[in-house]
Amino acid sequence: MYKNILQSIDNVAIWPLISFVIFFVFFLLLIWWAFTVNKQFIQHMSNMPIDDATSKPNHSGHEK
Amino acid sequence: MELEKFSYDNKIVKAFIIATVAFGLVGMLVGLTAALQLVWPIFNFDLQYSSFGRIRPLHTNAIIFAFVGNAMFAGVYYSMQRLLKTRMFNDTLSWINFWGWQAIILAAAITLPLGLTTSKEYAELEWPIDIAITLIWVVFGINMIGTILRRREQHMYVAIWFYIATFITVAVLHVVNSFEMPVNLFKSYSWYAGVQDALVQWWYGHNAVAFFLTTPFLGLMYYYLPKAANRPVYSYRLSIIHFWSLIFIYIWAGPHHLLYTSLPDWAQSLGTVFSIMLIAPSWGGMLNGLLTLRGAWDRVREDVVLKFFVVAVTAYGMATLEGPLLSLKNINAIAHFTDWIVAHVHVGGLGWNGFMIFGMLYWLVPKMWDTKIYSNKLANLHFWLGTLGIIFYALPMYISGVVQSLMWKEFTPDGFLMYKNFLETTVQILPLHMLRAVGGALYLVGTIIMTYNLIKTAYSGKFIANEATEAAPLTIASHGNKGWHAVLERKPIVFTTLALVAILIGGAIEMVPTFLIKSNVPTIASVKPYTPLELHGRDIYIREGCVGCHSQMVRPFRSETERYGEYSKSGEYVYDHPFLWGSKRTGPDLQRVGGKYGDSWHYYHMLDPGSVSAGTIMPAYPWLYEQQIDKEQTALKINALRTIGVPYAEGYEQTANEDLDKQAARIVENLQMEGIEVIQDAEIIALIAYLQRLGTDIKVKDTALSANQ
Repeated sequence: MYKNILQSIDNVAIWPLISFVIFFVFFLLLIWWAFTVNKQFIQHMSNMPIDDATSKPNHSGHEK
Repeated sequence: MELEKFSYDNKIVKAFIIATVAFGLVGMLVGLTAALQLVWPIFNFDLQYSSFGRIRPLHTNAIIFAFVGNAMFAGVYYSMQRLLKTRMFNDTLSWINFWGWQAIILAAAITLPLGLTTSKEYAELEWPIDIAITLIWVVFGINMIGTILRRREQHMYVAIWFYIATFITVAVLHVVNSFEMPVNLFKSYSWYAGVQDALVQWWYGHNAVAFFLTTPFLGLMYYYLPKAANRPVYSYRLSIIHFWSLIFIYIWAGPHHLLYTSLPDWAQSLGTVFSIMLIAPSWGGMLNGLLTLRGAWDRVREDVVLKFFVVAVTAYGMATLEGPLLSLKNINAIAHFTDWIVAHVHVGGLGWNGFMIFGMLYWLVPKMWDTKIYSNKLANLHFWLGTLGIIFYALPMYISGVVQSLMWKEFTPDGFLMYKNFLETTVQILPLHMLRAVGGALYLVGTIIMTYNLIKTAYSGKFIANEATEAAPLTIASHGNKGWHAVLERKPIVFTTLALVAILIGGAIEMVPTFLIKSNVPTIASVKPYTPLELHGRDIYIREGCVGCHSQMVRPFRSETERYGEYSKSGEYVYDHPFLWGSKRTGPDLQRVGGKYGDSWHYYHMLDPGSVSAGTIMPAYPWLYEQQIDKEQTALKINALRTIGVPYAEGYEQTANEDLDKQAARIVENLQMEGIEVIQDAEIIALIAYLQRLGTDIKVKDTALSANQ
């Protein structure tokens, strides 16, 4: 039924190459971004788990 | 800015925590039972519901989906609310997620001992349960995405990304691997056959480890480790690179489970290359975790939560170095099918998942009950019992794996196999299996102590069901240019789509060619579909979980062709829905067992393995001699298989039972000549028919290899 679909696509070999280029460019951009990004932003992000503490401890929600 | 008042839902977290602990105990107890069965067959209790073949999937499913799955939900539901500064999107969805998941676990706990299984590892559950899993998973996804959209925090912390990747990838994996053709409510055949089924299964199996046992736990690590250490993660930049490289690369590595099998060579190489590349992101993540504790190592001495985390992250590092090494063909040739692999997964399971969960629970429970941990001493005791348990588990299994492999491959100077009888290699490793059971028992005792400690902790405090808090509402800020990636983090839907594309490309390039290019699976003219009786036999083989201990894949090594016969060809499996290659040889390979022994040998062997092979650890299957095959299913089975491409002639389903009776009568006659009286419809007859068929197709004369016919 679909045995020859892949072979029938023109230049099918170009597709893996395109995906590779996309991946590679993505990683280059990512690394470039990671090195140049605003320090404050990184600080803000990395402090997120620690800053999430409940601002006002309020025990009204206690279960009986 | 005006602060909005709202509360975090702790009740749902509590429910998932209780389920985690309960199913952890059950799953480990079942695992310990399986370990004992591998030394003393008496622990199979001669009952079909408790024999090893059915207990093993029960153990793996209980640990992966019930213990680790519930812990994942607990951890995610707690951390997501706080990282996004909002309550979960919808409480009802949260509870549907909880009860739906428990119902699935209950269904698994009933069906697996009953022998209702697809036999595909970690995807054993039958099709109605598969559909239920899909629905509940989507509920989880909607709840998560909804929460993200309602957040009060502009950017998504890296843990959230790992959760998103977990959701979409597991959804894709589960749906693709579960394509199956129902025969009846409790039975289905995999849509794929042979090599393709194997490829899809291990693309799934590998990535289930990646995206069910790893990415959610990395997300949890990035939240709970900084939380417990009270300091930010070592490098947030590294965590971003860690995330993208991990999800890009992981999805490609599945074929490393099939090295030296009949899988096309290019696919095997693809798996190896990407597995080696995986070391980089995995170790990036591990170092990021460990270095978070820089300058705070003194606290690891006192804080039991940190102790658990340090061992967990270290175990993650060891397992993720070992995994790529095992993907090298030369190492895989030694390790595959042996206990080494069992050791490897348990370093990951007991060390990484187990210890992450324990650390998280010791941190969460006092927090949510607004109290202190009941006994630090007991928690420390648990830590040491658990650590010793891992060592006592892993070390004997490593040794056992190497011993097994060396004995399988040992030749005499004259060129004969040194240990011609497979049983010799099994008996040799039994003491190591005993030690492994000791390790498992230590680990279980530790978990029992934790359960007591956590219950006492909860009773000493007061549960905060709804934790009141307040935060500023989210305004789409335009302050400061933070670059394209920061923009991405504000757009969860775009982010989700990108992550989906990343994993789909990997999966597609890996699998599509094998499906579409015929030359990848050369057909063999003499390979014919199974006869109706053999088909029934094959379904009994699947039901009893024989695949848990016996492979059907002779690799192209002299040590294997000498022991088992001609190596396996991909064309031999074209009618195997599902494939039954197996991943472990506790017993010998069965691919060429057809015709090797007489019918009566199989008859006595299945009835009482010990009477035929003294000292064997194979369980007995007495029920096969009483139960009869259901011939009404024959037509349904033939129809289902024809629908998915097995060339049974139209209308054959009506005459299939006549063929079945004829073949059964021949076997009964053979047995009678040996003085054995047996009912013709007994299940054992069908099983014998299947076993005698195995691997014989290519022995038929005039074998014609015809690629691209």
